[in-house]
Amino acid sequence: MDAVRPDPARSAAAGGYNFAYLDEATKRMIRRALLKALAIPGHQVPFGAREMPLPYGWGTGGIQVTASVIGPTDVLKVIDQGADDTTNAVSIRRFFARVAGVATTESTRAATIIQTRHRIPETPLSEGQILVFQVPMPEPLFKLEPRVRESTRLHALADYGLMQVKLYEDIVRYGEVATSYNHPVMVAGRYLMSPSPIPAFDNPKLHMNPAILLFGAGREKRIYAVPPYTPVRSLDFEDHPFRPIRAPHACALCGSTESYLDEVIVDDRGGRMHVCSDTDYCRERREGRR
Amino acid sequence: MIGPGFADPVLGAQAAFRALLEATAYPGRVRRIAPQPGWPAALPPAMAALALTLCDQDTPLWQDAGPEVARWLAFHTGAPPARAEEAAFLLCIGAPPPLAALRLGSDEAPQDGATLLLAVASLQEGQGRLTLEGPGIAGAARLEVGGLPPRLLAERAALAPLFPRGLDLVLCAGESIVALPRSIRITEAP
Repeated sequence: MDAVRPDPARSAAAGGYNFAYLDEATKRMIRRALLKALAIPGHQVPFGAREMPLPYGWGTGGIQVTASVIGPTDVLKVIDQGADDTTNAVSIRRFFARVAGVATTESTRAATIIQTRHRIPETPLSEGQILVFQVPMPEPLFKLEPRVRESTRLHALADYGLMQVKLYEDIVRYGEVATSYNHPVMVAGRYLMSPSPIPAFDNPKLHMNPAILLFGAGREKRIYAVPPYTPVRSLDFEDHPFRPIRAPHACALCGSTESYLDEVIVDDRGGRMHVCSDTDYCRERREGRR
Repeated sequence: MIGPGFADPVLGAQAAFRALLEATAYPGRVRRIAPQPGWPAALPPAMAALALTLCDQDTPLWQDAGPEVARWLAFHTGAPPARAEEAAFLLCIGAPPPLAALRLGSDEAPQDGATLLLAVASLQEGQGRLTLEGPGIAGAARLEVGGLPPRLLAERAALAPLFPRGLDLVLCAGESIVALPRSIRITEAP
């Protein structure tokens, strides 16, 4: 699918907004945080998140990161759980078409910036592409250590025993690690990081990815990053290695046995089907482009 | 008379930031920032552009390029002049101050480490005496830097054990930049 160009008459200047909505002082502050986040892979950099014209939990962190990075020649794709056509994705795409006048697309290949909620596209990313994650809770330790001062200290000391104990307790109780999403990772061997609530299936895509991975948490006011070609290891044990989980079915639309699947209830008699969560990948396969 | 900043402050800063973002994400690769007329001749254009892009009243700034540059920076960025040890950003066209004396952040807030923008004579990626390894580099990258201060690499290497504390370097040669974030290991062929 080709990029869609917005109507210039409805662009930012026409609406009285600065390019990409944020004021320049805010962009500078976020840009400085992004650069330090790339220099210290996996470390959460505090930033002064602003009120955005949509509620927390709808991607305010990701939007602020995208707004600070995006330029007039960029092509933006926005996905929500892999889909280009859900409310959150459509709204954010229209927001940037309007306040930045940028072209938008549903194609993973055509996009220069992809803002995502809870998925990494199935189509492999390439160098120079920027993937912006919307993050609800950036602190991987928060359920184990709710005090921010203490968890900051644990990161400073690289003391991540708590998380290993939690995974161990999962194995004792359930026979396996019971995190199907948001499975914690170690970035470049130093920082424990929340990959945001992506399915564990997507965790291996973080490892040595050629694209730039930026994470923004608006409510929690944290920015972090994984540079390209950075080792990212999902926490596990030698005798309980990490397993990316996938429903044991083929996509009912495109037949893929590789992609991550959504389970859709189709009637009130228990009927259900499994379809690709990544709508662009699924459409490309059905159109025979791969 | 103070010279101009970016002709288009919004898109000028965006383009310069994007060049530095890519340079930081892929250390060792050369990125270019288009120069604009009227900037202080004492600064490499790329360094002038990055100062306009990143510095403001929240970033204590040290520079060694003289009073005319100081006036230009004060007018366009509003960044408070600071001693080298306190500066968040350092614009350095001469011999850099001892790196160990600069802001390195703390273990809990390593992002408080300084960013040192350093003027060099030339930058060439893909070949040369320096070998770079670390996040952002697939395998290893080669880099040739003309006019690198002699002590710099040794001083930088001495800070490596402090990671995540440290400081981040941006080399500026004319319109070209190369970023060397603290996470990168550099070895120099004899």
